[in-house]
Amino acid sequence: MLSIRSIVKDYENHRALNSVSMEIPKGSVFGLLGPNGAGKTSLIRIINQITKADSGEIYFKDEKLQEKHISSIGYLPEERGLYKKMGVADQIVYLAQLKGLSKQEAEKRAKQWFERLEMKSWWNKNVEDLSKGMQQKVQFVATVIHQPELLILDEPFSGFDPINAEMIKNEFLNLNQQGTTIIFSSHRMESVEELCSHIAILNLSEKMLEGKVSDIRKQYSKNCFEIAYNNSESIDLKGATAFQSVGNAKIKEGKFVQEIQLNAGFQINDAIAFLMPKIQFNGIKEIIPSINEIFIDQVKNA
Amino acid sequence: MKKIALIIQREYLSRVKKKSFIVMTFLGPVLIAAMYAFAIFLAVNSDNLSDKKKIVVCDETNTLSNIIKSNAQYEFEFSSLSLASLKSDFDSSGNSYLLYIPQKSINFEGVQLYSDKQPSLAIVKYIEDQLENTLSDQKLTEKGISKKIISELDFNLNIETIRFTDEGEQDGNTSASYMIGMFSSILIYMFIFLYGVQVMRGVIEEKNNRIVEVLISSVKPFQLMMGKIVGIALVGLTQFALWVILTSAITGIIGQKFAQDKIKLIQIEKTVESSNSDKSEPAIAAGEVLNALSTINYPLVIGCFLFYFLGGYLLYSALFAAIGSAVDSESETQQFMMPVTIPLIFSFIISTSTVVNNPDGPVAFWLSLIPLSSPIVMMVRLPFGVPTWEIITSMLLLIAGFFGTVWLAAKIYRTGILMVGKKTSWKEIGKWIFYKN
Repeated sequence: MLSIRSIVKDYENHRALNSVSMEIPKGSVFGLLGPNGAGKTSLIRIINQITKADSGEIYFKDEKLQEKHISSIGYLPEERGLYKKMGVADQIVYLAQLKGLSKQEAEKRAKQWFERLEMKSWWNKNVEDLSKGMQQKVQFVATVIHQPELLILDEPFSGFDPINAEMIKNEFLNLNQQGTTIIFSSHRMESVEELCSHIAILNLSEKMLEGKVSDIRKQYSKNCFEIAYNNSESIDLKGATAFQSVGNAKIKEGKFVQEIQLNAGFQINDAIAFLMPKIQFNGIKEIIPSINEIFIDQVKNA
Repeated sequence: MKKIALIIQREYLSRVKKKSFIVMTFLGPVLIAAMYAFAIFLAVNSDNLSDKKKIVVCDETNTLSNIIKSNAQYEFEFSSLSLASLKSDFDSSGNSYLLYIPQKSINFEGVQLYSDKQPSLAIVKYIEDQLENTLSDQKLTEKGISKKIISELDFNLNIETIRFTDEGEQDGNTSASYMIGMFSSILIYMFIFLYGVQVMRGVIEEKNNRIVEVLISSVKPFQLMMGKIVGIALVGLTQFALWVILTSAITGIIGQKFAQDKIKLIQIEKTVESSNSDKSEPAIAAGEVLNALSTINYPLVIGCFLFYFLGGYLLYSALFAAIGSAVDSESETQQFMMPVTIPLIFSFIISTSTVVNNPDGPVAFWLSLIPLSSPIVMMVRLPFGVPTWEIITSMLLLIAGFFGTVWLAAKIYRTGILMVGKKTSWKEIGKWIFYKN
């Protein structure tokens, strides 16, 4: 869908993007993650053709990104707002027209969206008469009304109340199921982790890693497991050949919990075989690192 | 282009539909007409409005009782009492002034005017004029010149001015040129200020509402800026056209009321004007004014007026847009407004003083070529006659100046609108100009 190749962007005193490349597959929910100041917004602005890259290229569906693609992209910036003194419907129709829709088409689609999101009574209201949550719904409609193939959402859930955030999230996922590619940008890794099929992590103007969420987590998993048991006191698990204990046993909800790491060449069954006679199993689960943990790990090692 | 048209349409309609626009459109002419009517009312009735001031005169020479005359404002009362007793009674007498003319005064030296407040300039001048006239009459009579000859010396001259133009000799009229020049430059000055600031406010509003990033993901910053500037220009022209129509309608109605005394009315206007401008111009009869107004080359003046009206606005509003983009709120605009408003105010002051008195001087010449001042200065010069090459050069320079400021403003604008929550300095704006994109 979108191929970003060796983008460099320099500002006066620092390099915002240092030869950043990534592939955003069609139909994916792509999480663009990284701490504040990593270069996420700079990259998004370049994709939206708000600013130009100093070097590097972007291809939109195998075509060099150009002005005509503006109508195929929907953008919800982090700093988003509306004209306060303008009518809700007028505003949505105006923004849709700027994206290239005809007035009639824009009005028709606006009506459909208003019906769907139960906003019909707002049609003639001024934006300043709406609550903040209502305004965010209007912004959402303005972002998607021209049926973009690519949606770019910069910190989409900041400022939403939980109910609206849930509703908007479902609408985005719904659009994704219909084939819209979505780029989520956030500095709060955990918030978008569950939504994204792919991620890229930016840190200090460089891309640190990129790929399918499941692949990345597998790649960074350290063969660690968490074993819970019901014995009356903690058991010393030293001396196993299949694994090593990580730290001491902790008490969690009245049970002992011990983290273990398999040694190279051993399976979890080997560990269970060793443990079986010693402990009363309550449960066992693999410890898969969260994106957040992977990120922190990466930043520390960088 | 289609997107610019959409932006122009929004900027125009959102302002024209506002209640404040409609109110101002109708209230403006009423206010102007009311001011006009009030000025006439004051001019006609000023004598009746103020209380008569009583002046008690202690004339020790006993020669002036027939010479110093009372008028509608001042009533002189000659007293035979001594100065000392008049002084002590002053508070209870209800008089406003006490004029003392000492016995041995030669050429009225040592004349004194007592009052409890600082006397107005008008009364001092009135008394001085009367005494001076008396004195010069006395001197002339002493030299053997009769009263008849003295009265014949009271001239009131009107010089006829004729200009050599392409169409041969034409009656010129300095007052008419003066009026038209001043009027158009005031209008242009006001228009630039009123609507230039509106452009700035519009930009700040978009920045404050945080809608600007949504917009520039659909349109280029330059399109957004130009759409706003042109849209607001159309609002200004609409309001201006409505004002002209409504004002002439309302003043027409008021004029009808005074129709029976129309000539007097015009004369009053003239005297009001000449007393304001501090230069005692000869009063011109109504017919002459109308005649003079008809000597102006209207197609040229109106054509140039529209050109400089729009040109000046476009040039300055681009700068105002750049200012708006560089700040977060209107209260921060002060430091950036200064360099933009100073040339504007400067050219207005110069044009109402130096230029109007010497429309062909070097100051007028250069200022009417420089794009920042030409819209205002050239309009003052124009009715006096300006060589064609100067007008064309000035217009070309204004067009070039417009493109220059728009180019500069666009560079500041496209960086400025995305800067939120930062205090901007001059140094930083300077750097924005050189940003690549």
